[in-house]
Amino acid sequence: MEVLWRLLHSIVRYTAHAVAGSFCPLCRNVKYVTPVKPCFNYNGLDVLRDDKTAEREQNMLIGIPNDTARQALVAATPDTVVKLVKLGYDVCIETGAGAAASYFDDAYRAAGAHVVNAASAWGADIVLALDAPAPDSLSALRSGSTLICRMNPGANPQLVDALAARNITGLAMDAIPRLSRAQSMDVRSSMMNIAGYRAVVEAASAFGRTFGGQVTAAGKTNPARVYVIGVGVAGLAAIGQAVAMGAEVFATDVRADVADQVESLGATFVEIPVKQESADGYARPLTDEEQAQVLDVYAEQAAKSDIVITTAAVPGRAAPLLLTKAAVASMKPGSIVVDMGASELGGNCELSAPGKRVRLNNGVTILGPTDLPASMPAQASQLYGQNIVNFLKLCTPGKDGVLELDLDDDVVRGVTVALDGQVMWPPPPIAVSAAPTKTIVTDSADTEGAADEDAAPDMLDRLAKHWWQVAAAALLCALVLAAPASMTVHFTVFALACVVGFYVITAVEHKLHTPLMSETNAISGIIIVGAIVQMATSANPLVMALSFIAAAIAAINIFGGFLVTARMLKMFEGSSE
Amino acid sequence: MRFLAAFQNLAYIAAALLFILALAGLARQKTAVRGNILGACGMGIALVATIAASGGAAANLPLFLGAVVIALVIGAAVGVWRARSVAMTQMPELVAMLHSFVGAAAVLVGWNSYIMQPGGALPDAAENAFHLGEVGLAVLIGAVTLTGSIVAFLKLSGKMSGKPLVLPGRNWINLGALVLCALLIWQLITTDGFVMGVAFLVLITVISLLLGVHLVAAIGGGDMPVVVSMLNSYSGWAAAMAGFTLGNDLLIITGALVGSSGAYLSYVMCQGMNRSFASVILGGFGDGATAQVGEAKDYGTHTETTPEQVADLLRESNRVVIAPGYGMATAQAQFPVADLARKLTDAGAEVVFAIHPVAGRMPGHMNVLLAEAKVPYRMVFEMDEVNDDFADVDTVLVIGANDTVNPAAETEPDSPIAGMPVLRVWEAENVVVFKRSMGNAGYSGVDNPLFYADNTLMLLGDAKESVEAILGAL
Repeated sequence: MEVLWRLLHSIVRYTAHAVAGSFCPLCRNVKYVTPVKPCFNYNGLDVLRDDKTAEREQNMLIGIPNDTARQALVAATPDTVVKLVKLGYDVCIETGAGAAASYFDDAYRAAGAHVVNAASAWGADIVLALDAPAPDSLSALRSGSTLICRMNPGANPQLVDALAARNITGLAMDAIPRLSRAQSMDVRSSMMNIAGYRAVVEAASAFGRTFGGQVTAAGKTNPARVYVIGVGVAGLAAIGQAVAMGAEVFATDVRADVADQVESLGATFVEIPVKQESADGYARPLTDEEQAQVLDVYAEQAAKSDIVITTAAVPGRAAPLLLTKAAVASMKPGSIVVDMGASELGGNCELSAPGKRVRLNNGVTILGPTDLPASMPAQASQLYGQNIVNFLKLCTPGKDGVLELDLDDDVVRGVTVALDGQVMWPPPPIAVSAAPTKTIVTDSADTEGAADEDAAPDMLDRLAKHWWQVAAAALLCALVLAAPASMTVHFTVFALACVVGFYVITAVEHKLHTPLMSETNAISGIIIVGAIVQMATSANPLVMALSFIAAAIAAINIFGGFLVTARMLKMFEGSSE
Repeated sequence: MRFLAAFQNLAYIAAALLFILALAGLARQKTAVRGNILGACGMGIALVATIAASGGAAANLPLFLGAVVIALVIGAAVGVWRARSVAMTQMPELVAMLHSFVGAAAVLVGWNSYIMQPGGALPDAAENAFHLGEVGLAVLIGAVTLTGSIVAFLKLSGKMSGKPLVLPGRNWINLGALVLCALLIWQLITTDGFVMGVAFLVLITVISLLLGVHLVAAIGGGDMPVVVSMLNSYSGWAAAMAGFTLGNDLLIITGALVGSSGAYLSYVMCQGMNRSFASVILGGFGDGATAQVGEAKDYGTHTETTPEQVADLLRESNRVVIAPGYGMATAQAQFPVADLARKLTDAGAEVVFAIHPVAGRMPGHMNVLLAEAKVPYRMVFEMDEVNDDFADVDTVLVIGANDTVNPAAETEPDSPIAGMPVLRVWEAENVVVFKRSMGNAGYSGVDNPLFYADNTLMLLGDAKESVEAILGAL
């Protein structure tokens, strides 16, 4: 009986898959009866080999629906499908899902995915998508399944509520906390990176001149002057690209500590009088007062520039206003503004329109691209897919195709917006930042009071931290003041030598640390000089004996140290060709 | 005489400059050999000038010359013998031993200065006080360097347990000893006459010697690289102090050079281990975490493997990372490991070495070993260069490393090594850990959950034999 049932099952399954591209109806029933783990082990007739089947019954099914009606990206590429399969998942993808990104069904099949219809893809255990689905697709999700996509949970409470109400686990990829170990999963970063690149390309295409300067037979052309406001991931990518295209690039950010990054890309950092850093690593809107100060700087720079790229998009909120009407009006004819913060809620530029190109009477063109990654669907999909793979790696510790959400993990907790019918958004705050600095509260009302209260303990803190430096400095001053005149020159020599020693060593290669140490060891054998002087100047036999011993052991240092250093360096030479 | 003194000054300036150039040269591989030669030249010039100038002033010239030559010959014989015979794996021990020599010499020179000019010997009161203060400091630093280095040497050569010695109120003991020394130095300064001063100086010496023992004994094995470079720095300060007592600028310059460069190196090391400079200098781990050392946690069971299985695994791997640690040094496995890397590279795999900043027992220890085995430097990467890429690696071979690949540093906030940056080898597809036996924990005494991970295979046994067996199977 059992064998017959299995045979029937496999035939139905095969037919369902081959003809309708959908799940085996029998299995689905089974799945609903036992809510454990689902089916879709379609693998020829291997269902008959019951040992294997029993083992693989645990695997979860990942579904990737076709979202090309809304956008060109796809949540998994053939490359990432292979990686998902390696994690133990079964993968099915709706037909044509990757077509807009030039990934076709055949490639997915070759990677080990099953190409299915929409209902099957949406009905999987784990659905990978780009953005939160339209309401009708949401109802296609199974109760108890997991949805992984960008949700903008801060601005979309109704979506989070709907997921919780339908008992769907919601994992918002755009809520990945800014931890260094979570970088590989941060879809915002990966999308902003290519968006920054594209912003420059779009600007170049709209710009009526070249980027690089040249001296040709037909005369000299000056390089374009590009000004980037906001040096986040997108800003850095834009700076890098603009520099690569030969433009003269300037950039500003309210976080002064990014100046080094800007300079490292070959651009010039333009300072503003306000400093700001937030605890989660993303820039936040400034207070009104600060805003007014910085706007002047932006306007002044914009007037000098050919291209202005604004990158201040704030997740889930209206983007801050960076370029006022007046600032745009002062720009040169032919200039381009790319407002990467453009959205229905308002962009960085007062005159930008989301998704449109606005040409003003003064010859300035304002681009308000809302989805730059969409113009590079193949690349964007690959990055997005890899982010998801990295995330699933974290959540599939057994590599057995079973999703485990460990809510004690800050990353997992951060993205989980709905679980077991409960709304989990917002997650408890975790204090992390690329460069830990004092948080500035954004609400201007709170700022003043808080800052005042902070100031006093902060000073004490600092004093407590550095008390020994202060004490040491005081002691040194006292020493020098009390010292006899003959000592002063020794102090000078000592202090200078300390500084030289410090600087000489700062550039040393890590691999040479050991030879460096044996070299300094040899050099500190210089104490032999002291022993020799004492030997010569004293007739006291005790002094003679002691200095003789001192000279002998110091000589061991000298000879041993230099020789062993030479021996090591010889080996390094051997290994470096 | 005037001529000799002028010649000595000139020679000292030249020697000081040559030493600076030597250290600067050591920063880059291209210039390192030249740097070493310049250093040796500087030393030679300084020696010749000192002997000539002092000889001119010597009370008994033949005795002086004879003594100097004999001392140099003894030193040269021992030094050359040690430098020739030392195995690269024992570099940390050698360096620690050499540090203790500088410390000892500084103590002796300090004592001599005192004997030659005890309290009240100098006419000017301030000069007198400063001279005695310098003697006290030179003896203090020298003695701490001496015994600290000896303890470090014993720990490194395995003659003493690597476990940190934790006495109750350890930091107070250190502080107390320092304060006591300060008071004694003050007494020494204010005492005229030879006999009373000797008593104080003896006390200072004894307390400093004990302080040196205690300081290093309290530091756990994981911090050993920092200790070695810290003692390096101390030996420099000791030489500088001796320079002050003798009014010798060359000693001051050289001592300060070594002292500040060693301090900077220690600081870099500390950053690599995410530990504050002060906590390492003051001895070992923070108090809170120390309680956790040795507390066993249940991580499940480990999976053992055979060299043949590892060979099969390697044959199918396209990207291989080798993470060596001190175990590779103790097993002398660097040569077969280098052969293995070459063989895999020839077979088309991409092989790199991932070096943790504090792998081994002294800064740059692994680099020295790999260079000895002629591993091309382009295959050797620092932690930060590879740490984000482990997810794409097929197989990681962890050879005798433990704490530097311990995931507990990232996942268990109460672990003694919590917060120390580690190589994220566990993110790779497969991890093979070469380890002598499951019994012994890492140098820091912390258990390692990596060994019990599902994607980790344990290859127990001597690392050299294991690697050779794999080579045979390939």
